[in-house]
Amino acid sequence: MAGTAEFKYVSHKRRVREDRRFVSGQAIYVSDVAPPGTLHAAVLTSPYACARIVAIDASDAMAMPGVHLVVGGPELAAGSDPLLIGVDAPLVTRYPLAVGRARYAGEWVVAVVADSRALAEDAREKVRVDYEPLPFLLDGEAAYKPDSTPVHPDHGSNVLLDKRFVWGDVDKAFAAAPHKLAYRVKWGRSATVPIETFGVVASWDPWREMLDVWASIQMPKFADQIARALRMPLNSVRVHQDVDVGGSYGVKRGIKHTVLAGYLSRRLSRPVKLIEDRLENMRGGDMHGPERVFDIELAFDGTGLVHAMRMRALDNVGAYAGRSPLQLGKPVGAIVGPYRIGAVAYHAIAVTTNKTPQEAVRGFGQAPTNYAIETGIDRVAETLGLDRLEVRRRNFIRADEFPYLIPSGSTYDSGDYHTVVRKALDHAGWETLVAERDKLRASGLLAGIGVASCLEPSGGNSSFEPLLNAKNTTTTWMESCRIMVDALGTITVTIHTTSSGQGHETLAATVAGEALQIDPDRIRVVRATSLESLPGNSPVGSRMAIMLGGAVHHAANKVRDKLMAIAGHRLEVPARNLRYRNGGVEDSASGRAIEWIDLVTLAHRHFHLLPPGMAPGIAFDHTMQVPTGEKLPTADGRVQMYPCYSFEFHVVLVSIDPEIGKPHIHRYVIGHDCGTVINPDIVRGMTLGGIAHGIGAALLEEFAFDGEGQLVAQSFMDYLLPSAHEVPEVEIVHHVTPSPHTVLGQKGSGESGYLGAPAALSGAINDAVRHLNIRFEALPMRISAIGDAIAEATPPPALKEVIA
Amino acid sequence: MQVELNVNGRSIAVDVEPRCTLLDCLREEIGLKGTHAGCEHGVCGACTILLNGEPVRSCLMLAVQGDGHAITTIEGLNPSPGELIVLQDAFCETHGMQCGYCTPGMILAGQALLARTLSPSRAEIVDAISGNICRCTGYGQIVEAIALAAERLRTANQKPGGA
Repeated sequence: MAGTAEFKYVSHKRRVREDRRFVSGQAIYVSDVAPPGTLHAAVLTSPYACARIVAIDASDAMAMPGVHLVVGGPELAAGSDPLLIGVDAPLVTRYPLAVGRARYAGEWVVAVVADSRALAEDAREKVRVDYEPLPFLLDGEAAYKPDSTPVHPDHGSNVLLDKRFVWGDVDKAFAAAPHKLAYRVKWGRSATVPIETFGVVASWDPWREMLDVWASIQMPKFADQIARALRMPLNSVRVHQDVDVGGSYGVKRGIKHTVLAGYLSRRLSRPVKLIEDRLENMRGGDMHGPERVFDIELAFDGTGLVHAMRMRALDNVGAYAGRSPLQLGKPVGAIVGPYRIGAVAYHAIAVTTNKTPQEAVRGFGQAPTNYAIETGIDRVAETLGLDRLEVRRRNFIRADEFPYLIPSGSTYDSGDYHTVVRKALDHAGWETLVAERDKLRASGLLAGIGVASCLEPSGGNSSFEPLLNAKNTTTTWMESCRIMVDALGTITVTIHTTSSGQGHETLAATVAGEALQIDPDRIRVVRATSLESLPGNSPVGSRMAIMLGGAVHHAANKVRDKLMAIAGHRLEVPARNLRYRNGGVEDSASGRAIEWIDLVTLAHRHFHLLPPGMAPGIAFDHTMQVPTGEKLPTADGRVQMYPCYSFEFHVVLVSIDPEIGKPHIHRYVIGHDCGTVINPDIVRGMTLGGIAHGIGAALLEEFAFDGEGQLVAQSFMDYLLPSAHEVPEVEIVHHVTPSPHTVLGQKGSGESGYLGAPAALSGAINDAVRHLNIRFEALPMRISAIGDAIAEATPPPALKEVIA
Repeated sequence: MQVELNVNGRSIAVDVEPRCTLLDCLREEIGLKGTHAGCEHGVCGACTILLNGEPVRSCLMLAVQGDGHAITTIEGLNPSPGELIVLQDAFCETHGMQCGYCTPGMILAGQALLARTLSPSRAEIVDAISGNICRCTGYGQIVEAIALAAERLRTANQKPGGA
């Protein structure tokens, strides 16, 4: 791997320190947390997609022994403030429990608290709720029509977001282009669906006036939102960030869960635990992902160069707005993908319907957008009869064009797309792959090759907030680190966030070790509670390698600088003559040195030997703003979104059994460039896991609703997750184009694989069925859909003869 | 109901409701938190334990059905506190996990396979873990961990470089 030689620990294979507690069953997840006296909550949910809640009668439930409290929406709403929403729609109010009206089947209506979860569930069955069913709305396009019945009558319509952007002279480019095409693709409602459901323990101590929270979260400004909703000072909320989170990939936001549990705990002055069961999670966990329809037009010339794009994206975000409509905003930062498309018009629409609300899903809207763009590039090639790879190569931004400003205002930091593609194709053996495909075809199967090239914007700031909501003027999106060197010379790094499998402890130790030239295995990493934390925004937007890595690096450099100053004073040598080496400081002229432990002793015990004015001890903080995240959007909607842009190129060979429509992946190769890799095993795992998740979104997973608005895919028998049988062996080809914006050249990789896999699989399946004159333009492409389409396209001749 | 469970080689008397699952009993009554609830309807495998050496979903079994069987949970694998068995160490070597939630079930499923054969093919490994869903890793590094553990166990008593 390029660049490894210059690092001692970074980029080298090193074990992930978190793993020991996981393999031994010793991790502590939220369901393992049980303060003395913990009570358990269960929720009763709405059976209707839309209904007025006429009355709630909890008397029978409250009469049961061991039942402590039953709370409905009106009581909760009187004692708390609405949850924050991302867009400017103040009348789309949302509380953890439905208030007056249930807006989707599965919405929480009543919470029951009892001595045990089983008892809470028993009592839940005794709660009587009278509903008056109301008309409901499920379709996004129907919801966008001005005469549709609003899910939130006070808001007046179903439109949460309806923004048009024009970057560059789109109309002129379309008028001038010799070729145009228009197409529609749909991204189905799926999500990351972690194996651990969402859970929270909230414990109010009335004597100390403190609400302690243990939660399975991945949420920026989590404690702030709890404090606001519960009308508490923020320093009365203490979030314990050392809880292991059993997977998230975006969705573990849990605000409504925590506000509810916090409210219940305050009412009872007892710890209250709320752990979703799988049904609660699927229906009312509010963690569905984008359900998006793209209408796209491309203007291109006879060589395949795409000059302009018009994209309309309509997202059915469900019954309430959280951060979900903002998922239409992040893709603005990579709206042209890796291509030199010079002018873009973008129309972003988010509408409410009576479906389960959405939450952030891995990539925050980028994977659907990438799928939409890649479908178009394949269609351009098909229209012109050109090679798909050649069309991509012609449109790629060239390595010598970086930094590259795209029409929507983001500057891509670095990349070498042509080289990554070449390396991946060399590895895959394109000719061999084509021969293999043709052999599969000759054997009677349908077979196709898919390719996809796309970007992973990384570094996570919040520029999409002010872009889509003028009332939000946030530009700050920081991350922090504290490093302490104790009196015995051991190092402790404090991080200020939860983790859900990203290996942040390993990341922090590796980067600190690299900067201080000390074995990372000797560095302790701990997590502060939110009250002890420095400012941070949690691991979202593929940001932690960049932001936590950056904060650790800068804090470690402050440690080094102090040691150098102490040594310079002691040795009476000017700073320019000093060299930091493996923890000690050396006078390069005389060779005299002071070793680590002696420098530490000077700092901790010998104030009289420190430079005048220097504070004792060794403890440094660093709080870092996202690189390039400096400005609000311009009036015409141009903004620098994320600082760094990782690149990936997928090649996949798929065959389909024409009788049953089942796809089988024969070969999967990905070329991947996320700049400097900090831990190779972690990056590899992210990429492989992202591809598996992409396979799910492309082929299996969908939160399907029936005509009555009932979620029909509400268990793992209906909502199918890829098993080891469905995920092939994936071959990764690495390339390193360092980012100029980061301390080690690193970029993000937390969303890799997922961002391009659905596009690649769609390409492969469409390649397999092209000769049948059918197309798949919606995800997921389930076995049944593939089988039915093939059957329709190929009349069974044998059967006809029999009938004749 | 009074039940006598043999868990990790220890006999434990518990008093459970007849409807209590073995999963809930292990976690809440016996305090073994390494067995995880994932779907609670028998699909995801996060609650996998070994029942007489065979992987079983503890969410689909009642605690009272465990009477008279040898139950092994993830906590029962470690020879001593802080000491990993070969398979656990192999998972650390390949980083065969991320969030760790499915990991105890994966390791028990892998351990059951290795009890049958120390020369599993890739297809056999995939089969052995196909009832355990992992949302983080895409399975690649898990398959590698089990293959690595098999290799290490197979060659443990051979001379270095020897046939």
